[in-house]
Formats: sequence, C-alpha cells, structure tokens
Amino acid sequence: MAHANPTGWKRWVFSTNHKDIGVMYIWFAFFAGMIGFAMSGLMRMELAEPGIQVIPEVFGMTDNQARHMFNVLTTGHGLIMVFFMVMPALIGGFGNYFVPLMIGAPDMAFPRMNNISFWMMPPAFILLLLSTVVEGAPGMNGFGGGWTAYPPLSTAGHPGPSMDLAIFSLHVAGASSIMGAINYITTIFNMRAPGMTMHKMPLFAWSILITAFLLVLSLPVLAGGITMLLTDRNFGSTFFDPAGGGDPILFQHLFWFFGHPEVYIMILPAFGIISHIVSTFSNKPIFGYLGMAYAMAAIGFIGFIVWAHHMYTVGLDVDTKAYFVAATMVIAVPTGVKIFSWIATMWGGSIRFEVPMMYAIAFILLFTTGGVTGVVLANAGADIVLHDTYYVVAHFHYVLSLGAVFGIFAGLYYWVGKMSGKEYPNFLANVQFWVTFVGVNMIFFPQHFLGLQGMPRRYVDYPDAFTYWNKISTYGYMITAVGVLLFIIVMGITLSRKKTLGENQWGEGANTLEWTLSSPPPFHQFNELPRIK
Amino acid sequence: MNVKKLTAGFAAAVMAISGFTFGALADGRLAMPKDKGLWLQEPANEQARRIADFNIELMYIITAITVLVFLLMFYVMWRFRAKKNPEPSKVSHNTLIEIIWTGVPIIILVVIGATSLPLLYYQDVVPETEFAINVTGNQWNWTYEYPDHGGIEFTSYVVPDDVHADAAKKAAAEAELSAFLGYPAHFNARLLDTDNRLVVPIGTKIKVHVTASDVIHSWAVPSLGFKLDAVPGRVNQLWFEVDQVGTYYGQCSELCGKDHAFMPIAIEAVSKENFAKWVEYRRRADQADAFTSAFGR
Repeated sequence: MAHANPTGWKRWVFSTNHKDIGVMYIWFAFFAGMIGFAMSGLMRMELAEPGIQVIPEVFGMTDNQARHMFNVLTTGHGLIMVFFMVMPALIGGFGNYFVPLMIGAPDMAFPRMNNISFWMMPPAFILLLLSTVVEGAPGMNGFGGGWTAYPPLSTAGHPGPSMDLAIFSLHVAGASSIMGAINYITTIFNMRAPGMTMHKMPLFAWSILITAFLLVLSLPVLAGGITMLLTDRNFGSTFFDPAGGGDPILFQHLFWFFGHPEVYIMILPAFGIISHIVSTFSNKPIFGYLGMAYAMAAIGFIGFIVWAHHMYTVGLDVDTKAYFVAATMVIAVPTGVKIFSWIATMWGGSIRFEVPMMYAIAFILLFTTGGVTGVVLANAGADIVLHDTYYVVAHFHYVLSLGAVFGIFAGLYYWVGKMSGKEYPNFLANVQFWVTFVGVNMIFFPQHFLGLQGMPRRYVDYPDAFTYWNKISTYGYMITAVGVLLFIIVMGITLSRKKTLGENQWGEGANTLEWTLSSPPPFHQFNELPRIK
Repeated sequence: MNVKKLTAGFAAAVMAISGFTFGALADGRLAMPKDKGLWLQEPANEQARRIADFNIELMYIITAITVLVFLLMFYVMWRFRAKKNPEPSKVSHNTLIEIIWTGVPIIILVVIGATSLPLLYYQDVVPETEFAINVTGNQWNWTYEYPDHGGIEFTSYVVPDDVHADAAKKAAAEAELSAFLGYPAHFNARLLDTDNRLVVPIGTKIKVHVTASDVIHSWAVPSLGFKLDAVPGRVNQLWFEVDQVGTYYGQCSELCGKDHAFMPIAIEAVSKENFAKWVEYRRRADQADAFTSAFGR
C-alpha cells in the first residue's frame, strides 16, 4: 500500500476511506434522525388535543413561549430531517459506500475532500442545535420561521442571533454537500472499471450522479439566498426589504429554485436503491434499464423548472401560474415510468419477500399515494384551498417520510450484511417493518382529511373540530415510535452477532459488483480492476 | 374606565336613538370545519364550488390510478411469488408497453389541464366588482378598511381562550360583537371567532386588496375558495362573492411567528339592504367613537 492504514481514533478522524466515511455518515444520520424524530414526537403530542399543554410541561415554559417553541420544533424537525438525516444517509452514507464498489473503483476520486465533506457535517449540526438555545424572536430562544425561512419573518421577525447561527449551519452543510457532489461526479465519470460504460452502470450510481448534478446546480443558489438574508440582517442591505426597494418574494424564488430540486435530491438515491432491491428479489434484471436511467435524468431536469408551484398564493401573474401548473404535471410522466417499470421488473419474476423487498414494495405503493396527491397540488386552481394545509404535509411526508425514509430502511436491510458481514434477525425485522408501516400510515393518512377540511400547517393549536384526526395521527406516531425502537433493537442485535455472511447474501439476483467482494469488503478493494464484459 | 365598554354602550345608545335595528340571522349559514370531516368544507360560492368540483374530478382520477397500481402490485406479488414461479423470465424490454405507460399518463394530464387552466383563469382574473376592501395582515390580527364606504376601518383579533371558558366574559364579548354588527351575534368556535367581523353584502362581487405591515401572512377562507398571501410592500388582489347570509371562517395560512394559529378570519355576509344600513350605522358609530375619544381619553 502506498500509505499506512491508521488505527484507533485516527482511522475515523483522518479517514480517507470511502467505506469508513460512508459508515460515519450513516451513524451521523442515525443520531440526527433520532433528534428530528423526537422533535416530531413533541409536536404530535402537543397536537393530540386542542389547547397548549405538552410543550409548557416538557420545557417548563409559559404558554406564550410554548407558541414560539412549537415553531422552533417544526423548523428544527424540517432542517434536521432534510440536511442531517436523509441527505447524509442516502448520499453521504450509501453513496460513499456503494458507488465506488458498484462501478469497480478502489475509492472516491478525492479521498481527502471526502474526509472534509463528512467532518463539516458535525459542526453544521452543532451550529443548528446551538441556534435553538440563543435568542431568536424577541425575548424567545430559537428560530421559528420554518425550514423555508421566509423573510421578513427571518429578518425583522427574528432579530436575535439564532437565525444567523442557522444560516451558518446551512452554509457549512451546503459546502459539505457541494464538495461531496463534486467528488461523486468526478468519481463516476473517471473511475468506472474498464468496460463499464455509462449505459452499463448500476442504477444506484446513476441516481447518485444525477443527484450530484442537482446539488452542484442548486445549492449555490440557496447559499446566495441565505447570504443575502445574512447581509439584510446584519449589514443593512435590503434585498428582501420593500422599504429599501427589495422584495420578500425574491427570496422565495431563490429558495425554491434550490428547494424543489432538493426534494428530488432526497428521493432519487432512494429510487436507485429500490431498483436494485426489486431486481434482486425478483431474480430478474431491471425492466427498461435505459428508460429508468433517463427517467431519473428527466425528473432531475424538470425539477429545476417547476419551483414556483410552491408559491401559487404569493400573487404570481396568472400566466406564470399556468406555466408552472403545466410544467409540474409533466413530472408525473417520468415518475409513472419508474413505478410501472418496477412493477414490470417484478412481473414474471421469482419474488422473495425478504425485509428489504417488503420495504421496497411499500415504497412503491406509498410513493404512488404521495405522488398522486402531488398531481392534485400541482393544479393551482385546486391548490388554492389546499396550499399551506395539512394536505401538503401529508403529501410530502408520503413521498419523503414514507418514500425516502423507507428507501433508507430498505437500503439498510439490503446492505447491512454487506457492510458488517452480519445477518439481521429476520423475524424481528419483519415485525419492525409491519409496525413501522402501520404507524406511519396512521400518522399521515388522516392528515389528508385535516388538510381538506382546511387545517393550516404549523399550528400549535387548532379549532376543536380538528381534534379527531389529530388524535388518530398522534396514536400513529406512538406506533411508529415502537417501530423506531424495534429498529434500534434489530440493528443492535445485528451488530452484536458474529460475521457469518459470505460474498453474496441474496443469491443470483444480486449481480452488482459489491456482491463479488467479501462481507464486509476489504479495507481497499479492486487493487486489480475488475473487467466488465 | 374601560373605554371599549364605554364605546360599545355608546354605540348601542346611538343605535337605539336612531331607531335602527335589523333582523338577526336565525337561519344564517355557518361555514367552518366539521368534526371528523373527510372532505372539503361545504362550498359557499361559485368559486369554491368550481374548486370542489375540480377536486372531485381529480379525486376520481387519482383514486383510479392508485387502485390500478395497488391491484397490479398485489397481483404480481401473488402470481409471481417464488413458490409459484420458481423460474424467473428474462424479459427486460417491451417497447410497446413502455410507449403506452408514457403516453396514457400524458393523455390523463391533458384532460386534467383542460379543467385546471380555465379554473385558474376564472379565479385569478378579477371581474367588474362593485367595491373594494383593503385587508392588512399584522402580527397577529387583521385590519379591514372600506375605502369606498367612507373609510370605515377596524381591526379584528381572535377571541382568546379565557373568554370562551368564562360565561360572563363571553357574554360581554358577544355583546360587543353584537354592538359592532348592529344585531345579536354569538360565537361559534374557539380559534375561529374574532372580536369583530368583516361585514360584506351577499350577491356582490367584491375586490380585496391584501397586504401586510410586518411579515407575510395569508388571508384565506376555505368555504369561499380564496387564499392569498399578504406580503409587505406589495398589494395583492383577489375577488369573491358570497351567495348566502351567514358567517364564514378562515385562518391565517402563512407562518407569521408566535401567534400564527391565533389570527383567524371571520366574515359576516348580510343582505344588500342590511349592508347599506350597517355602513350607515358604522359611520355614525365611528363619529361617536371620535366623539368619545375627543372627550374621554
């Protein structure tokens, strides 16, 4: 070897090894996810009954402070789940670990940049957590303006330093993601094994490549937008302040130009994972491989030209809205191609219902459910009564919490054996799947009803008519909490077992390169590059 | 001395002196969310009706698609399970079926668009209206102004929880609301009722200018089919019409800080004659208000 393999803490802190960094990303996502999940728990408990009772009790604060605290929780939950849970798990974690393995590369193109990409995440997370304990709104701690941080609520509405810390946190996390994205693009373009053309590359690598492009193109726009927020707040600029000739809506355009691609950044890697799992457990090659790859590319491209469908009520020109209605609905076409191709992959297959496959099937069904409500919301005319209600909350949790997160679960069960060499306890894992499946559906399905009845988002207290479905939703959360606990137990049992697995846990359906290596793979793999026929 | 109470008393006196009363709304409509509701709030005007119809159309389409995907999936799971189908096929292409599942969704989307876009233009293009109201969102209340009716202006706050909980306070607050409206009125729901209501005539197209004084808010009433952001430095406009006498409730729909959940919207729709009377009554009361402020404060 050209260099020594550091051991002990140096192995992790100074790590330039894509597998070690991937594992650190997954652990990081796990801890951040637990915090984000706990935050949503506090919100659901508060919303179980009308009135404000739980938050003042838990935090020992007044009713008045609790109203702000609730907004801090929604904001923190959103930012943590997006930037510190889903993205690190799917892109940093699985992306790092499996892209080089799948394309037959010894490591990432820039191993040291990979190290700094990861190590910027904990400081970013600490900055975000710090922001919740310093003053935000006058006399109250934390930033409560939503993950979207619209000005003037995020400027004049929160004069305290809390918002500045949140902005720095996003700067750092964003820089980390941009470096990660550059790394993936370079790796995938230049380090594929001999014979692995782009059109032979596994779909997960395709999904990470497209995601990386979305990151490189969209994150700088967010960085610019929040930097303008920062100067508006601290240096007297008026980009978003009408008193100085600025426009609050400009920020929304900048934010959603990043924000819409961001939702595809979260879901595309999950698409990739699901494709592999469906193919593996159907024991059949993926149906319409090229269509699948280019459907993802199309989704990525169209994702950049639909952002204002988040802004139908801000007072856009009617022709602008008409354009965004049409463009947004077009996304349903490549998404439909993917759904049908997965089913066609299973068609004629020899299907085994292992836990990753259960998660993948649930993903396809629930993503469809969340996708069709997206078609409803795409129509500005129908969206008028649904915008900013719980219908939207239900929609995006169906595609993210039951989509992207189920993708993460599916990936973990699919690859935990590869990453650790250890087998998960099958029965308990099945129980974990069913409990989680029932729980999350019980949380989010009733929220469609709340939204249709007109319950607005981000409300700490609601008129009594909304009580029934809110209560059901909170019961669903409790079931999900059992699912999360079981998940920790299942993974704990798995990791405490002995390494028993050989190269290929799943049989001949699993035919990507990572299954040709030992489990776990050697510290450095492919010293001699594999040749693809 | 409680100035507000004094004002209310004074207004009641003005009302009595001028011999001015108009009928209560015994059979007025109440537009608000229902317990265990599953669908949209009952539409109360043409705009909301068209939105509801379109939502039903969409509901049929998306339900059909979802059911199709679920059934296909369940069939595949049953038919091609490993036990029943041990030898997997190797088929991975079928151009015809790929063209179909790309083409059919496009057709469905065109069908949706054919309803969606006309509805959008109907909602968004403001027709000839009879008068305008200015709405300003503040942290955390709404200010209403009638520029075409001598500039009547008032601010509407949520009725706080302790008023709902205490019968005496509630009676006093309802008396104030009644004095404001000119006829007896009652509260209907916690977090939806406001201390005074925006009064509009039925059967009249009204233009609304919406803006905000501090952060972004959103002025929305689901049963009347509108929702529009109140943005500082901008004046957005919408139009609406109410068919029936009654009370219509909505809530602020853009996160605006601590009391976002505590700035509802309540609209009182009355007949055209009663609206004219109310305007007259309000202007006198405002003069009386000016009188009390000149001498009382």
